[in-house]
Amino acid sequence: MASTDIEISQDPDAPTEDNRVSAAAAESTFAAEDDSERITPAIEFRDVHLAFDDRKVLDGLSFTVAKGETKIILGGSGCGKSTTIKLVLGLLKPDAGQILVNGEDITHYTEAEMMRVRKNFGMVFQEGALFDSLSVYENVAYRLHEQGIPEEDVEQEVRRMLRFVNLEDAIDKMPAELSGGMRRRVGIARALVGGPTIVMFDEPTAGLDPPTARTICELAIKLRDLEDVSSIFVTHEMNNVEYLSREFAAVNDAGEVIFEQEGERLCLINTKLLMMKEGNIIFSGTDEMLKKTEDPYIKKFLRGH
Amino acid sequence: MNIAIRSLLEVQETSLLVWRAARRLFRRPTYFNEMIAQMDVIGVGSLTIIVLTGFFTGGVLTLQTFPTLKYYGAQDQTGFLVALSLVRELGPVLTALMVTGRVGSAISAELGSMVVSQQIDAMRALGTDPVRKLVAPRLVALFITLPLLTVAADVVGIVGGGAVATTLYGQSASTFLSSVRYGITFDDMIGGVIKPLVFALILGSISCYKGLSTDGGTVGVGRSTTSAVVTSSIVVIIADFFLAKALQVILDMPGT
Ligand SMILES: Nc1ncnc2c1ncn2[C@@H]1O[C@H](COP(=O)(O)OP(=O)(O)OP(=O)(O)O)[C@@H](O)[C@H]1O
Ligand SMILES: [Mg+2]
Repeated sequence: MASTDIEISQDPDAPTEDNRVSAAAAESTFAAEDDSERITPAIEFRDVHLAFDDRKVLDGLSFTVAKGETKIILGGSGCGKSTTIKLVLGLLKPDAGQILVNGEDITHYTEAEMMRVRKNFGMVFQEGALFDSLSVYENVAYRLHEQGIPEEDVEQEVRRMLRFVNLEDAIDKMPAELSGGMRRRVGIARALVGGPTIVMFDEPTAGLDPPTARTICELAIKLRDLEDVSSIFVTHEMNNVEYLSREFAAVNDAGEVIFEQEGERLCLINTKLLMMKEGNIIFSGTDEMLKKTEDPYIKKFLRGH
Repeated sequence: MNIAIRSLLEVQETSLLVWRAARRLFRRPTYFNEMIAQMDVIGVGSLTIIVLTGFFTGGVLTLQTFPTLKYYGAQDQTGFLVALSLVRELGPVLTALMVTGRVGSAISAELGSMVVSQQIDAMRALGTDPVRKLVAPRLVALFITLPLLTVAADVVGIVGGGAVATTLYGQSASTFLSSVRYGITFDDMIGGVIKPLVFALILGSISCYKGLSTDGGTVGVGRSTTSAVVTSSIVVIIADFFLAKALQVILDMPGT
Protein backbone atom coordinates (compact mmCIF):
# COMPACT_ATOMS: atom_id res chain seq x y z
CA MET A 1 0.00 0.00 0.00
CA ALA A 2 2.64 2.52 1.04
CA SER A 3 4.08 2.51 -2.38
CA THR A 4 6.54 5.29 -2.56
CA ASP A 5 8.48 5.25 -4.97
CA ILE A 6 11.99 6.00 -5.90
CA GLU A 7 12.83 8.30 -3.07
CA ILE A 8 14.23 11.20 -4.95
CA SER A 9 12.64 13.97 -3.10
CA GLN A 10 11.93 12.28 0.16
CA ASP A 11 14.17 11.88 3.12
CA PRO A 12 13.34 8.59 4.83
CA ASP A 13 14.96 9.66 8.07
CA ALA A 14 12.93 12.79 8.49
CA PRO A 15 12.50 13.58 12.18
CA THR A 16 9.16 12.59 13.58
CA GLU A 17 7.02 14.47 16.03
CA ASP A 18 5.38 11.38 17.35
CA ASN A 19 7.74 9.64 19.75
CA ARG A 20 5.35 6.93 20.79
CA VAL A 21 5.77 5.07 17.58
CA SER A 22 5.25 1.36 17.72
CA ALA A 23 8.26 -0.75 17.00
CA ALA A 24 6.75 -2.08 13.82
CA ALA A 25 6.00 1.32 12.44
CA ALA A 26 9.42 2.58 13.41
CA GLU A 27 10.96 -0.15 11.38
CA SER A 28 9.12 0.88 8.27
CA THR A 29 11.03 2.87 5.74
CA PHE A 30 9.00 5.96 6.46
CA ALA A 31 8.72 8.29 9.33
CA ALA A 32 5.63 7.66 11.39
CA GLU A 33 3.57 10.70 10.49
CA ASP A 34 4.50 10.26 6.88
CA ASP A 35 3.38 6.68 7.13
CA SER A 36 -0.13 7.35 8.34
CA GLU A 37 -0.40 10.07 5.72
CA ARG A 38 0.81 7.71 3.05
CA ILE A 39 -1.30 4.76 4.03
CA THR A 40 -4.53 6.55 3.13
CA PRO A 41 -4.95 6.18 -0.60
CA ALA A 42 -5.53 9.30 -2.65
CA ILE A 43 -8.45 7.62 -4.36
CA GLU A 44 -10.32 4.53 -3.33
CA PHE A 45 -13.28 2.84 -5.02
CA ARG A 46 -15.21 0.29 -3.00
CA ASP A 47 -17.57 -1.90 -4.98
CA VAL A 48 -18.92 0.93 -7.11
CA HIS A 49 -21.95 0.28 -9.30
CA LEU A 50 -23.40 2.58 -11.90
CA ALA A 51 -26.04 2.12 -14.57
CA PHE A 52 -27.35 4.55 -17.17
CA ASP A 53 -31.04 3.75 -17.43
CA ASP A 54 -30.92 -0.04 -17.56
CA ARG A 55 -27.44 -0.31 -19.05
CA LYS A 56 -24.88 -1.34 -16.45
CA VAL A 57 -21.67 0.62 -16.96
CA LEU A 58 -19.73 -0.11 -13.77
CA ASP A 59 -20.31 -3.40 -12.07
CA GLY A 60 -18.66 -3.50 -8.68
CA LEU A 61 -15.48 -1.56 -9.35
CA SER A 62 -12.89 -1.57 -6.56
CA PHE A 63 -9.38 -0.16 -6.73
CA THR A 64 -7.09 2.27 -4.99
CA VAL A 65 -4.65 4.90 -6.14
CA ALA A 66 -1.98 5.50 -3.52
CA LYS A 67 -0.51 8.92 -2.82
CA GLY A 68 2.03 9.81 -5.46
CA GLU A 69 0.99 6.88 -7.60
CA THR A 70 0.00 6.95 -11.25
CA LYS A 71 -2.69 4.49 -12.21
CA ILE A 72 -2.85 3.79 -15.92
CA ILE A 73 -6.30 2.60 -16.96
CA LEU A 74 -6.53 0.57 -20.14
CA GLY A 75 -9.61 -0.88 -21.71
CA GLY A 76 -11.69 -1.02 -24.84
CA SER A 77 -13.83 1.84 -26.00
CA GLY A 78 -16.98 2.20 -23.94
CA CYS A 79 -15.84 0.08 -21.02
CA GLY A 80 -16.39 2.90 -18.53
CA LYS A 81 -13.03 4.66 -18.18
CA SER A 82 -14.30 8.21 -18.59
CA THR A 83 -17.23 7.36 -16.35
CA THR A 84 -14.84 6.17 -13.64
CA ILE A 85 -12.94 9.44 -13.79
CA LYS A 86 -16.12 11.49 -13.59
CA LEU A 87 -17.12 9.57 -10.50
CA VAL A 88 -13.88 10.51 -8.77
CA LEU A 89 -14.68 14.19 -9.32
CA GLY A 90 -18.27 13.77 -8.24
CA LEU A 91 -19.55 14.83 -11.67
CA LEU A 92 -21.58 11.65 -11.56
CA LYS A 93 -22.87 9.83 -8.50
CA PRO A 94 -22.66 6.05 -8.16
CA ASP A 95 -25.78 3.94 -7.68
CA ALA A 96 -24.06 1.91 -4.98
CA GLY A 97 -20.67 1.61 -3.35
CA GLN A 98 -18.27 4.12 -1.88
CA ILE A 99 -15.70 6.51 -3.29
CA LEU A 100 -13.04 7.95 -1.03
CA VAL A 101 -10.68 10.78 -1.76
CA ASN A 102 -7.79 11.17 0.68
CA GLY A 103 -9.74 8.99 3.07
CA GLU A 104 -12.83 11.20 2.89
CA ASP A 105 -16.00 9.46 1.81
CA ILE A 106 -17.31 11.72 -0.93
CA THR A 107 -20.05 9.41 -2.13
CA HIS A 108 -22.89 11.42 -0.68
CA TYR A 109 -21.29 14.85 -0.69
CA THR A 110 -23.45 17.68 -1.91
CA GLU A 111 -22.31 19.82 -4.79
CA ALA A 112 -21.17 22.52 -2.36
CA GLU A 113 -19.06 20.07 -0.37
CA MET A 114 -17.61 18.65 -3.57
CA MET A 115 -16.43 22.11 -4.58
CA ARG A 116 -14.00 22.08 -1.66
CA VAL A 117 -12.71 18.61 -2.60
CA ARG A 118 -12.34 19.57 -6.25
CA LYS A 119 -9.92 22.34 -5.37
CA ASN A 120 -7.23 19.63 -5.17
CA PHE A 121 -8.19 18.12 -8.51
CA GLY A 122 -7.09 18.71 -12.04
CA MET A 123 -9.00 17.10 -14.85
CA VAL A 124 -8.12 16.73 -18.50
CA PHE A 125 -11.30 15.99 -20.42
CA GLN A 126 -11.26 13.56 -23.29
CA GLU A 127 -12.84 16.10 -25.62
CA GLY A 128 -10.99 19.08 -24.20
CA ALA A 129 -14.18 20.76 -22.93
CA LEU A 130 -12.70 24.24 -23.30
CA PHE A 131 -14.95 27.20 -22.59
CA ASP A 132 -15.53 28.34 -26.13
CA SER A 133 -16.58 31.85 -25.17
CA LEU A 134 -13.21 32.43 -23.50
CA SER A 135 -9.79 32.83 -25.09
CA VAL A 136 -6.98 30.36 -24.52
CA TYR A 137 -5.52 32.69 -21.93
CA GLU A 138 -8.81 33.00 -20.05
CA ASN A 139 -9.38 29.26 -20.26
CA VAL A 140 -6.05 28.44 -18.68
CA ALA A 141 -6.39 31.27 -16.18
CA TYR A 142 -9.93 30.23 -15.27
CA ARG A 143 -9.18 28.72 -11.91
CA LEU A 144 -6.85 31.53 -10.88
CA HIS A 145 -9.35 34.18 -11.91
CA GLU A 146 -12.00 32.45 -9.84
CA GLN A 147 -9.68 32.58 -6.85
CA GLY A 148 -9.15 36.29 -7.36
CA ILE A 149 -5.39 36.10 -7.82
CA PRO A 150 -3.70 39.31 -9.04
CA GLU A 151 -3.45 39.56 -12.79
CA GLU A 152 0.37 39.73 -13.01
CA ASP A 153 0.71 36.44 -11.13
CA VAL A 154 -2.01 34.90 -13.25
CA GLU A 155 -0.32 35.91 -16.46
CA GLN A 156 3.03 34.55 -15.32
CA GLU A 157 1.53 31.22 -14.31
CA VAL A 158 -0.55 30.92 -17.50
CA ARG A 159 2.49 31.59 -19.68
CA ARG A 160 4.49 29.04 -17.76
CA MET A 161 1.79 26.39 -18.19
CA LEU A 162 1.34 27.15 -21.88
CA ARG A 163 5.09 26.89 -22.41
CA PHE A 164 4.91 23.44 -20.83
CA VAL A 165 2.46 22.29 -23.46
CA ASN A 166 4.24 24.22 -26.18
CA LEU A 167 1.42 26.58 -26.97
CA GLU A 168 2.61 30.01 -25.92
CA ASP A 169 1.91 31.42 -29.39
CA ALA A 170 -1.78 30.54 -29.19
CA ILE A 171 -2.36 32.53 -26.02
CA ASP A 172 -4.78 35.04 -27.57
CA LYS A 173 -6.64 32.63 -29.82
CA MET A 174 -10.18 31.44 -29.27
CA PRO A 175 -10.81 27.69 -28.89
CA ALA A 176 -12.65 27.57 -32.23
CA GLU A 177 -9.42 28.59 -33.98
CA LEU A 178 -7.43 25.69 -32.56
CA SER A 179 -6.79 22.23 -33.92
CA GLY A 180 -7.94 19.21 -31.94
CA GLY A 181 -4.50 18.52 -30.53
CA MET A 182 -4.04 22.15 -29.53
CA ARG A 183 -7.35 22.14 -27.70
CA ARG A 184 -6.30 19.05 -25.82
CA ARG A 185 -3.09 20.72 -24.77
CA VAL A 186 -4.91 23.84 -23.63
CA GLY A 187 -7.14 21.52 -21.61
CA ILE A 188 -4.04 20.01 -20.03
CA ALA A 189 -2.62 23.42 -19.18
CA ARG A 190 -5.93 24.47 -17.67
CA ALA A 191 -6.10 21.33 -15.53
CA LEU A 192 -2.58 21.72 -14.17
CA VAL A 193 -2.71 25.40 -13.27
CA GLY A 194 -2.84 25.99 -9.55
CA GLY A 195 -0.90 22.87 -8.56
CA PRO A 196 -3.55 20.19 -8.08
CA THR A 197 -2.48 17.18 -6.00
CA ILE A 198 -4.65 14.68 -7.85
CA VAL A 199 -4.88 14.78 -11.63
CA MET A 200 -7.14 12.84 -14.00
CA PHE A 201 -5.92 12.45 -17.56
CA ASP A 202 -8.61 11.17 -19.91
CA GLU A 203 -6.72 10.06 -23.03
CA PRO A 204 -4.51 13.14 -23.02
CA THR A 205 -2.35 11.97 -25.93
CA ALA A 206 -4.99 10.65 -28.32
CA GLY A 207 -4.57 12.27 -31.70
CA LEU A 208 -1.30 14.02 -30.89
CA ASP A 209 1.93 13.68 -32.88
CA PRO A 210 4.53 11.47 -31.18
CA PRO A 211 6.84 14.26 -29.90
CA THR A 212 3.95 16.17 -28.36
CA ALA A 213 2.54 12.98 -26.90
CA ARG A 214 5.96 12.33 -25.42
CA THR A 215 5.98 15.83 -23.89
CA ILE A 216 2.64 15.14 -22.26
CA CYS A 217 3.93 11.89 -20.81
CA GLU A 218 7.02 13.66 -19.50
CA LEU A 219 4.73 16.17 -17.88
CA ALA A 220 2.86 13.38 -16.15
CA ILE A 221 6.13 11.77 -15.06
CA LYS A 222 7.41 15.04 -13.65
CA LEU A 223 4.20 15.59 -11.71
CA ARG A 224 4.44 12.09 -10.31
CA ASP A 225 8.10 12.03 -9.35
CA LEU A 226 8.89 15.62 -8.52
CA GLU A 227 5.63 17.00 -7.22
CA ASP A 228 4.19 13.87 -5.64
CA VAL A 229 0.94 14.17 -7.58
CA SER A 230 -1.41 11.17 -7.66
CA SER A 231 -3.03 10.56 -10.97
CA ILE A 232 -5.23 8.39 -13.12
CA PHE A 233 -4.02 8.21 -16.70
CA VAL A 234 -6.42 6.75 -19.22
CA THR A 235 -4.79 5.82 -22.50
CA HIS A 236 -4.91 3.49 -25.45
CA GLU A 237 -1.34 4.10 -26.54
CA MET A 238 1.06 1.38 -25.50
CA ASN A 239 4.07 3.67 -25.85
CA ASN A 240 2.56 5.97 -23.21
CA VAL A 241 2.36 2.99 -20.91
CA GLU A 242 5.97 2.26 -21.72
CA TYR A 243 7.12 5.80 -20.90
CA LEU A 244 5.16 6.10 -17.72
CA SER A 245 6.05 2.76 -16.27
CA ARG A 246 9.72 2.64 -17.31
CA GLU A 247 11.03 6.14 -16.85
CA PHE A 248 11.40 8.44 -13.95
CA ALA A 249 12.26 12.08 -13.56
CA ALA A 250 15.03 13.37 -11.37
CA VAL A 251 16.83 16.62 -10.86
CA ASN A 252 20.51 16.48 -11.71
CA ASP A 253 23.31 18.46 -10.09
CA ALA A 254 22.79 21.33 -12.47
CA GLY A 255 19.18 21.61 -11.34
CA GLU A 256 17.75 20.35 -14.63
CA VAL A 257 15.03 17.78 -14.85
CA ILE A 258 16.27 14.62 -16.48
CA PHE A 259 14.47 11.44 -17.46
CA GLU A 260 16.07 8.09 -16.81
CA GLN A 261 15.12 4.51 -17.54
CA GLU A 262 14.52 2.31 -14.56
CA GLY A 263 17.19 -0.31 -14.26
CA GLU A 264 19.59 -1.91 -11.86
CA ARG A 265 19.70 1.10 -9.60
CA LEU A 266 16.01 1.30 -8.88
CA CYS A 267 12.75 -0.20 -9.90
CA LEU A 268 9.73 1.98 -10.44
CA ILE A 269 6.88 0.96 -8.21
CA ASN A 270 4.74 4.10 -8.30
CA THR A 271 3.00 3.28 -11.55
CA LYS A 272 0.42 0.54 -11.78
CA LEU A 273 -1.85 -0.61 -14.53
CA LEU A 274 -5.50 -1.41 -14.49
CA MET A 275 -7.39 -3.02 -17.29
CA MET A 276 -11.14 -2.74 -17.52
CA LYS A 277 -13.64 -4.69 -19.51
CA GLU A 278 -17.36 -4.04 -19.42
CA GLY A 279 -17.29 -2.25 -16.11
CA ASN A 280 -15.08 -4.76 -14.36
CA ILE A 281 -11.39 -4.89 -13.63
CA ILE A 282 -9.80 -7.81 -15.39
CA PHE A 283 -6.20 -6.97 -14.62
CA SER A 284 -4.37 -5.00 -11.97
CA GLY A 285 -0.62 -4.87 -11.54
CA THR A 286 2.64 -3.70 -13.05
CA ASP A 287 3.49 -3.51 -16.72
CA GLU A 288 5.79 -6.53 -16.45
CA MET A 289 2.89 -8.55 -15.10
CA LEU A 290 0.66 -7.30 -17.90
CA LYS A 291 3.14 -8.43 -20.54
CA LYS A 292 3.37 -11.89 -18.99
CA THR A 293 -0.34 -12.44 -18.66
CA GLU A 294 -1.94 -15.41 -20.38
CA ASP A 295 -5.41 -13.90 -20.61
CA PRO A 296 -6.41 -14.09 -24.28
CA TYR A 297 -8.41 -10.82 -24.19
CA ILE A 298 -5.49 -8.86 -22.76
CA LYS A 299 -3.05 -10.44 -25.16
CA LYS A 300 -5.24 -9.46 -28.05
CA PHE A 301 -5.63 -5.97 -26.63
CA LEU A 302 -1.87 -5.50 -26.40
CA ARG A 303 -1.08 -6.93 -29.82
CA GLY A 304 -4.04 -5.31 -31.51
CA HIS A 305 -5.08 -8.40 -33.43
CA MET B 1 -50.61 10.56 -15.35
CA ASN B 2 -47.04 10.15 -16.37
CA ILE B 3 -47.03 13.57 -17.96
CA ALA B 4 -48.57 15.15 -14.88
CA ILE B 5 -45.89 13.67 -12.64
CA ARG B 6 -43.16 14.70 -15.02
CA SER B 7 -44.43 18.28 -15.21
CA LEU B 8 -44.68 18.48 -11.44
CA LEU B 9 -41.15 17.18 -11.20
CA GLU B 10 -39.97 19.82 -13.64
CA VAL B 11 -41.72 22.54 -11.68
CA GLN B 12 -39.98 21.29 -8.56
CA GLU B 13 -36.58 21.16 -10.25
CA THR B 14 -37.05 24.62 -11.73
CA SER B 15 -38.00 26.10 -8.38
CA LEU B 16 -35.02 24.41 -6.77
CA LEU B 17 -32.77 25.94 -9.40
CA VAL B 18 -34.11 29.41 -8.61
CA TRP B 19 -33.71 28.77 -4.92
CA ARG B 20 -30.14 27.66 -5.36
CA ALA B 21 -29.37 30.68 -7.50
CA ALA B 22 -30.97 33.06 -5.03
CA ARG B 23 -29.35 31.55 -1.96
CA ARG B 24 -25.85 31.80 -3.34
CA LEU B 25 -26.29 35.17 -4.94
CA PHE B 26 -24.46 37.07 -2.27
CA ARG B 27 -21.77 34.58 -1.48
CA ARG B 28 -18.28 35.36 -2.75
CA PRO B 29 -17.17 35.53 -5.44
CA THR B 30 -20.16 37.47 -6.71
CA TYR B 31 -20.20 37.43 -10.45
CA PHE B 32 -20.89 41.13 -10.78
CA ASN B 33 -19.21 41.49 -14.17
CA GLU B 34 -21.24 38.60 -15.52
CA MET B 35 -24.40 40.37 -14.41
CA ILE B 36 -23.44 43.58 -16.16
CA ALA B 37 -22.55 41.65 -19.31
CA GLN B 38 -25.87 39.83 -19.23
CA MET B 39 -27.81 43.04 -18.68
CA ASP B 40 -26.12 44.41 -21.76
CA VAL B 41 -26.98 41.35 -23.82
CA ILE B 42 -30.51 40.96 -22.52
CA GLY B 43 -31.55 44.55 -21.93
CA VAL B 44 -29.72 46.74 -24.41
CA GLY B 45 -29.73 43.98 -26.98
CA SER B 46 -33.51 43.59 -26.85
CA LEU B 47 -34.29 47.28 -27.00
CA THR B 48 -34.73 47.44 -30.77
CA ILE B 49 -37.28 44.66 -31.02
CA ILE B 50 -39.11 45.98 -27.98
CA VAL B 51 -39.34 49.49 -29.43
CA LEU B 52 -40.62 48.12 -32.74
CA THR B 53 -43.13 45.84 -31.01
CA GLY B 54 -44.36 48.61 -28.74
CA PHE B 55 -44.69 51.23 -31.46
CA PHE B 56 -46.71 49.11 -33.83
CA THR B 57 -48.85 47.56 -31.13
CA GLY B 58 -49.83 51.04 -29.92
CA GLY B 59 -50.42 52.05 -33.50
CA VAL B 60 -52.68 49.14 -34.33
CA LEU B 61 -54.62 49.62 -31.10
CA THR B 62 -55.50 53.15 -32.16
CA LEU B 63 -56.18 51.99 -35.68
CA GLN B 64 -58.74 49.45 -34.52
CA THR B 65 -60.38 51.27 -31.63
CA PHE B 66 -60.65 54.81 -32.99
CA PRO B 67 -63.45 54.08 -35.52
CA THR B 68 -65.47 52.15 -32.95
CA LEU B 69 -65.09 54.85 -30.32
CA LYS B 70 -65.98 57.45 -32.89
CA TYR B 71 -69.19 55.54 -33.64
CA TYR B 72 -70.17 56.11 -30.02
CA GLY B 73 -68.84 59.64 -30.11
CA ALA B 74 -66.13 58.74 -27.63
CA GLN B 75 -63.07 59.18 -29.85
CA ASP B 76 -61.54 61.49 -27.24
CA GLN B 77 -61.06 58.40 -25.08
CA THR B 78 -58.69 56.70 -27.56
CA GLY B 79 -55.57 57.61 -25.60
CA PHE B 80 -57.15 56.25 -22.43
CA LEU B 81 -57.97 52.93 -24.04
CA VAL B 82 -54.60 52.54 -25.75
CA ALA B 83 -52.63 53.42 -22.66
CA LEU B 84 -54.66 51.19 -20.39
CA SER B 85 -54.35 48.17 -22.68
CA LEU B 86 -50.65 48.74 -23.04
CA VAL B 87 -49.73 49.37 -19.44
CA ARG B 88 -51.92 46.70 -17.95
CA GLU B 89 -51.66 43.90 -20.49
CA LEU B 90 -49.97 44.24 -23.81
CA GLY B 91 -46.79 45.93 -22.63
CA PRO B 92 -45.83 43.32 -20.02
CA VAL B 93 -47.05 40.29 -21.96
CA LEU B 94 -45.67 41.22 -25.37
CA THR B 95 -42.34 42.25 -23.89
CA ALA B 96 -42.11 38.98 -21.99
CA LEU B 97 -42.96 37.01 -25.12
CA MET B 98 -40.48 38.89 -27.28
CA VAL B 99 -37.74 38.50 -24.68
CA THR B 100 -38.60 34.81 -24.38
CA GLY B 101 -38.15 34.43 -28.09
CA ARG B 102 -34.90 36.32 -28.22
CA VAL B 103 -33.25 35.77 -24.84
CA GLY B 104 -34.92 32.64 -23.45
CA SER B 105 -33.98 30.69 -26.55
CA ALA B 106 -30.43 32.03 -26.44
CA ILE B 107 -30.03 31.13 -22.77
CA SER B 108 -31.22 27.56 -23.15
CA ALA B 109 -29.23 27.05 -26.35
CA GLU B 110 -26.07 28.40 -24.76
CA LEU B 111 -26.40 26.43 -21.54
CA GLY B 112 -27.49 23.38 -23.51
CA SER B 113 -24.43 23.43 -25.74
CA MET B 114 -22.26 23.91 -22.68
CA VAL B 115 -23.80 20.77 -21.21
CA VAL B 116 -23.32 18.62 -24.29
CA SER B 117 -19.76 19.84 -24.89
CA GLN B 118 -18.98 19.09 -21.22
CA GLN B 119 -18.17 22.70 -20.45
CA ILE B 120 -20.53 22.56 -17.49
CA ASP B 121 -18.69 19.50 -16.20
CA ALA B 122 -15.39 21.28 -16.77
CA MET B 123 -16.66 24.25 -14.83
CA ARG B 124 -17.70 22.06 -11.94
CA ALA B 125 -14.40 20.22 -12.08
CA LEU B 126 -12.62 23.56 -11.80
CA GLY B 127 -14.55 24.32 -8.65
CA THR B 128 -17.14 26.77 -9.98
CA ASP B 129 -20.82 26.33 -9.35
CA PRO B 130 -22.57 26.77 -12.72
CA VAL B 131 -25.73 27.88 -10.94
CA ARG B 132 -23.90 30.83 -9.45
CA LYS B 133 -21.77 31.62 -12.44
CA LEU B 134 -24.35 31.13 -15.20
CA VAL B 135 -27.89 31.00 -13.81
CA ALA B 136 -27.84 33.68 -11.14
CA PRO B 137 -26.43 36.51 -13.31
CA ARG B 138 -28.98 35.77 -16.03
CA LEU B 139 -31.87 35.76 -13.59
CA VAL B 140 -30.73 38.99 -11.99
CA ALA B 141 -30.21 40.62 -15.37
CA LEU B 142 -33.70 39.61 -16.48
CA PHE B 143 -35.14 40.80 -13.20
CA ILE B 144 -33.69 44.24 -13.70
CA THR B 145 -34.08 44.66 -17.44
CA LEU B 146 -37.51 43.18 -18.11
CA PRO B 147 -39.43 45.86 -16.14
CA LEU B 148 -37.33 48.53 -17.86
CA LEU B 149 -38.02 47.04 -21.26
CA THR B 150 -41.71 46.85 -20.39
CA VAL B 151 -41.79 50.52 -19.47
CA ALA B 152 -40.02 51.30 -22.75
CA ALA B 153 -42.61 49.27 -24.66
CA ASP B 154 -45.44 51.09 -22.86
CA VAL B 155 -44.04 54.53 -23.59
CA VAL B 156 -43.18 53.82 -27.20
CA GLY B 157 -46.58 52.14 -27.63
CA ILE B 158 -48.37 55.26 -26.44
CA VAL B 159 -46.25 57.32 -28.80
CA GLY B 160 -47.17 54.94 -31.62
CA GLY B 161 -50.84 55.17 -30.72
CA GLY B 162 -50.60 58.94 -30.65
CA ALA B 163 -48.85 59.00 -33.99
CA VAL B 164 -51.63 57.04 -35.64
CA ALA B 165 -54.35 59.12 -33.94
CA THR B 166 -52.84 62.39 -35.09
CA THR B 167 -51.72 61.43 -38.58
CA LEU B 168 -54.44 59.04 -39.72
CA TYR B 169 -57.44 60.29 -37.76
CA GLY B 170 -56.54 63.92 -37.37
CA GLN B 171 -56.87 63.98 -33.58
CA SER B 172 -54.85 66.66 -31.84
CA ALA B 173 -51.88 65.45 -29.85
CA SER B 174 -53.02 67.25 -26.72
CA THR B 175 -56.41 65.52 -26.74
CA PHE B 176 -54.71 62.17 -27.05
CA LEU B 177 -52.19 62.87 -24.31
CA SER B 178 -54.65 64.28 -21.83
CA SER B 179 -56.86 61.23 -22.18
CA VAL B 180 -53.77 59.08 -21.61
CA ARG B 181 -53.01 60.98 -18.43
CA TYR B 182 -56.59 60.80 -17.33
CA GLY B 183 -56.73 57.06 -17.87
CA ILE B 184 -53.58 55.78 -16.22
CA THR B 185 -53.52 55.48 -12.44
CA PHE B 186 -50.60 54.87 -10.15
CA ASP B 187 -51.93 51.38 -9.42
CA ASP B 188 -51.80 50.54 -13.10
CA MET B 189 -48.15 51.46 -13.14
CA ILE B 190 -47.40 49.35 -10.08
CA GLY B 191 -49.16 46.41 -11.66
CA GLY B 192 -47.33 47.06 -14.91
CA VAL B 193 -44.02 46.63 -13.11
CA ILE B 194 -44.95 43.71 -10.86
CA LYS B 195 -45.97 41.62 -13.84
CA PRO B 196 -42.61 41.80 -15.65
CA LEU B 197 -40.85 40.85 -12.42
CA VAL B 198 -42.88 37.67 -12.27
CA PHE B 199 -42.45 37.05 -15.98
CA ALA B 200 -38.70 37.52 -15.67
CA LEU B 201 -38.61 34.84 -13.02
CA ILE B 202 -40.75 32.51 -15.12
CA LEU B 203 -38.92 32.82 -18.41
CA GLY B 204 -35.48 33.01 -16.83
CA SER B 205 -35.87 29.97 -14.65
CA ILE B 206 -37.55 27.86 -17.32
CA SER B 207 -34.91 28.72 -19.93
CA CYS B 208 -32.02 28.03 -17.56
CA TYR B 209 -33.55 24.80 -16.33
CA LYS B 210 -34.27 23.54 -19.84
CA GLY B 211 -30.76 24.43 -20.92
CA LEU B 212 -29.04 22.76 -17.99
CA SER B 213 -31.13 19.62 -18.27
CA THR B 214 -30.23 19.12 -21.93
CA ASP B 215 -29.16 15.66 -22.96
CA GLY B 216 -28.73 13.86 -26.24
CA GLY B 217 -26.17 15.98 -28.06
CA THR B 218 -26.91 18.67 -30.63
CA VAL B 219 -30.43 17.39 -31.25
CA GLY B 220 -31.02 17.72 -27.52
CA VAL B 221 -29.98 21.38 -27.64
CA GLY B 222 -32.58 22.04 -30.31
CA ARG B 223 -35.17 20.18 -28.31
CA SER B 224 -34.51 22.04 -25.09
CA THR B 225 -34.47 25.41 -26.84
CA THR B 226 -37.86 24.79 -28.44
CA SER B 227 -39.21 23.49 -25.21
CA ALA B 228 -37.87 26.50 -23.28
CA VAL B 229 -39.56 28.99 -25.60
CA VAL B 230 -42.86 27.12 -25.81
CA THR B 231 -43.10 26.41 -22.10
CA SER B 232 -42.08 29.93 -21.05
CA SER B 233 -44.54 31.56 -23.45
CA ILE B 234 -47.46 29.46 -22.31
CA VAL B 235 -46.65 29.83 -18.64
CA VAL B 236 -46.29 33.59 -19.08
CA ILE B 237 -49.71 33.83 -20.70
CA ILE B 238 -51.37 31.64 -18.09
CA ALA B 239 -49.62 33.45 -15.24
CA ASP B 240 -50.77 36.75 -16.73
CA PHE B 241 -54.38 35.82 -16.24
CA PHE B 242 -53.96 34.91 -12.61
CA LEU B 243 -51.72 37.89 -11.95
CA ALA B 244 -54.31 40.20 -13.46
CA LYS B 245 -56.93 38.77 -11.15
CA ALA B 246 -54.64 38.92 -8.14
CA LEU B 247 -53.66 42.51 -8.87
CA GLN B 248 -57.30 43.49 -9.21
CA VAL B 249 -57.92 42.15 -5.76
CA ILE B 250 -54.75 43.45 -4.15
CA LEU B 251 -54.70 46.91 -5.70
CA ASP B 252 -58.46 47.14 -5.67
CA MET B 253 -58.56 48.04 -9.33
CA PRO B 254 -61.82 48.67 -11.13
CA GLY B 255 -63.06 45.72 -13.09
CA THR B 256 -64.24 43.45 -10.32
N1 LIG C 1 -24.58 10.27 -20.11
C1 LIG C 1 -24.67 9.00 -20.51
N2 LIG C 1 -25.89 8.44 -20.72
C2 LIG C 1 -26.02 7.16 -21.10
N3 LIG C 1 -24.99 6.32 -21.29
C3 LIG C 1 -23.75 6.80 -21.10
C4 LIG C 1 -23.51 8.16 -20.70
N4 LIG C 1 -22.18 8.35 -20.59
C5 LIG C 1 -21.62 7.18 -20.91
N5 LIG C 1 -22.54 6.24 -21.22
C6 LIG C 1 -22.27 4.83 -21.57
O1 LIG C 1 -21.40 4.34 -20.61
C7 LIG C 1 -20.43 3.50 -21.21
C8 LIG C 1 -19.05 3.90 -20.76
O2 LIG C 1 -18.75 5.18 -21.26
P1 LIG C 1 -17.35 5.85 -21.05
O3 LIG C 1 -17.42 7.21 -21.64
O4 LIG C 1 -16.97 5.74 -19.64
O5 LIG C 1 -16.40 4.93 -21.96
P2 LIG C 1 -14.83 4.99 -22.10
O6 LIG C 1 -14.29 3.79 -21.46
O7 LIG C 1 -14.31 6.30 -21.64
O8 LIG C 1 -14.65 4.85 -23.67
P3 LIG C 1 -13.62 5.58 -24.65
O9 LIG C 1 -12.34 4.84 -24.58
O10 LIG C 1 -14.25 5.43 -25.99
O11 LIG C 1 -13.53 6.99 -24.22
C9 LIG C 1 -20.63 3.59 -22.70
O12 LIG C 1 -21.19 2.39 -23.14
C10 LIG C 1 -21.59 4.70 -22.91
O13 LIG C 1 -22.51 4.34 -23.89
MG1 LIG D 1 -13.60 7.96 -22.52
